[in-house]
Amino acid sequence: MPDIQKSEQNRNEQQDKKPAASFFNFSIKNIFNKNPGDLIFENITRFFAFVVFVLVFLMAYEMIKASMPSIKQFGLKFITGTEWDPVTDIYGALPYIYGTIVSSFLALLVSIPLSLSVAIFLSEFAPKWLERPVSLLVEMLAAIPSIVYGLFGIFVMVPFLRTTVEPFLSKKLGFLPFFKGAPYGFGMLAAVIILSVMILPIITSISRDVMKSIPDSQREASYALGATKWETIKVVLSGSKSGILGAILLGFGRAVGETMAVTMVIGNRSDISLSLFNPSNTMASVIANEFTEAISNLYISSLIEIALILFILTVILNAIARLIVWGVTKKYSGALN
Amino acid sequence: MKGKLILLAAMLLGIFSTSSFAQLKLNGAGATFPYVIYSKWFDTYHQKTGIEFNYQSIGSGGGIKQVTEGTVDFGASDAFLSEKQMKTIKQKQGTPVLHIPTVMGAVVLSYNLPNVGKGLKLSPEVLSDIYLGKITMWNDSRITSINKGLSLPSDPILVAHRSDGSGTTNIFTGYLSKVSKQWSDKVGSGTSVNWPVGLGGKGNEGVAGIVKQTEGSIGYVELAYAVQNGLPYASLKNKAGYFVEPTFDAVSEAAAGYIKNMPADLRVNITNADGKGSYPISGFTWLLIYKNMKDKQKVEAIKNFLKWAVTDGEKYAKGLYYAPLPKEVVKLDLEKIKQITYKK
Repeated sequence: MPDIQKSEQNRNEQQDKKPAASFFNFSIKNIFNKNPGDLIFENITRFFAFVVFVLVFLMAYEMIKASMPSIKQFGLKFITGTEWDPVTDIYGALPYIYGTIVSSFLALLVSIPLSLSVAIFLSEFAPKWLERPVSLLVEMLAAIPSIVYGLFGIFVMVPFLRTTVEPFLSKKLGFLPFFKGAPYGFGMLAAVIILSVMILPIITSISRDVMKSIPDSQREASYALGATKWETIKVVLSGSKSGILGAILLGFGRAVGETMAVTMVIGNRSDISLSLFNPSNTMASVIANEFTEAISNLYISSLIEIALILFILTVILNAIARLIVWGVTKKYSGALN
Repeated sequence: MKGKLILLAAMLLGIFSTSSFAQLKLNGAGATFPYVIYSKWFDTYHQKTGIEFNYQSIGSGGGIKQVTEGTVDFGASDAFLSEKQMKTIKQKQGTPVLHIPTVMGAVVLSYNLPNVGKGLKLSPEVLSDIYLGKITMWNDSRITSINKGLSLPSDPILVAHRSDGSGTTNIFTGYLSKVSKQWSDKVGSGTSVNWPVGLGGKGNEGVAGIVKQTEGSIGYVELAYAVQNGLPYASLKNKAGYFVEPTFDAVSEAAAGYIKNMPADLRVNITNADGKGSYPISGFTWLLIYKNMKDKQKVEAIKNFLKWAVTDGEKYAKGLYYAPLPKEVVKLDLEKIKQITYKK
């Protein structure tokens, strides 16, 4: 009996002293007091968590090392330069950076309201018999390989955009800089639409799960205070803010990294133009397109530097989103206390 | 019991001895364009001799890289190596590298003009100006003057090109640089270039996709791809002034037209060749072989394989949509193959 008490006490102590002094928990006290199986398991999981760190840093290190020639040659001009000419070995990545950021942000802009509406409907309004099949269909969208989206884009969407949507837009809204130029079908608009369809299932299904995890007691409490349905949904939404933000982040990550489907419809021209009709290019697609046949060292190194920029960009965006999530949860928990 | 064991041992010995004898493996990497015929060759030759080939079609650039690093036994490329690249290989691997032309391909201009159908004609000047963005309409007088009898629409020309680096682009831009001074000054040639106009499609299928989907478009693809997919393509005016349709014979004739100017190392760009019937945008694809190799068995294997490939192997070419080497080039190849030697 006293043994059990002792171990329980020990566990409590363990929980209290959470920030362990060393990464691996092999202090003599632990070895004697703990179940050896637990100890081994704990350290194995810790090891793999550590491996993730090592992997990320190793990747960053290798990319920096491999892009050194191009960093030395071009410096900051690599980011501000707009000319990409493998023949004369001059590389400026601005059109690709622009293409990636603009296409991903616009895709989010289209996708967020759509997917949040679907998620709210599924978690708050839909009857059971409808919720199941619709959720299943949404999740199936996520499972479609991106090359299939690309083929759908080339054979169905692009011709439709060229013959119907883009002429209509340029007629009605042609005075705006966003709808100028010849309607090719291929271009930024096509990429934005494909991307928004691709990230819709991710944002939808995660947001729905998060909203469903808000306990019903909160909804009931809200109704009890005399709130309307809409006001109750607002309560649910504010409770699942950080989860939804996480979902949006994942969607954004997919949009930034998407290669195949985008490269098939975006037109692959390294131009910077406000017009959505204009062909454009992204960082991921230029790497996929040109890496296999890149021969000169500077060329390869420049492509790797683009990969590095893509890496840094995702790290920065993740950090910003983390900060927002922290801010939101702090405010929310503050309001509760 | 003992007898069984001996039998087992004998069997094992048998397996190992035969496999160690036949398990000579040759690793190669490089161009994707000749992959279909190479894999046919490797497969047939494996059945004949038991020598195994492992070929990674990772692209010419990757092939050259691996030959430079010495991680493969042979490489393959759609573009020949530059002097600088050859020097690097010699420094790193201690042996020069030989170019062995294997088959030929051509680049054709496919277009989408429903009212015209087949039979569009193009001249080098018109073609380069279309790709420079100087001719923008199909009914431009310079196009109509060489296409009398065709009703060309008053639509803008949509130019399509490859977005990925490729040997096809290298041959095409090499040709344009040869026939247009402005092109060579402004754009130049390479596996990927800074295109003045147009949309990029990934791979032959990407370019063909743009062309098929867009009325008034023109794009360049490999001859094999155009033939297999039934795309319409233009005849091109060659150096001698004749409009020639891209056919396998016209491609072989282009190589034959270059035979008297063939450099000793077989590194030659045969675009814009002489000869009445030669199609001007044609090119070789090469196997890159180390001249001196350290493994005696491998030297023999590679030499025998190459000899077989450029003679008997050529008969598979047309069936797989490649143009076979003309006899004169086969002769030069056989000479070259003799130079491969074993050296410690």
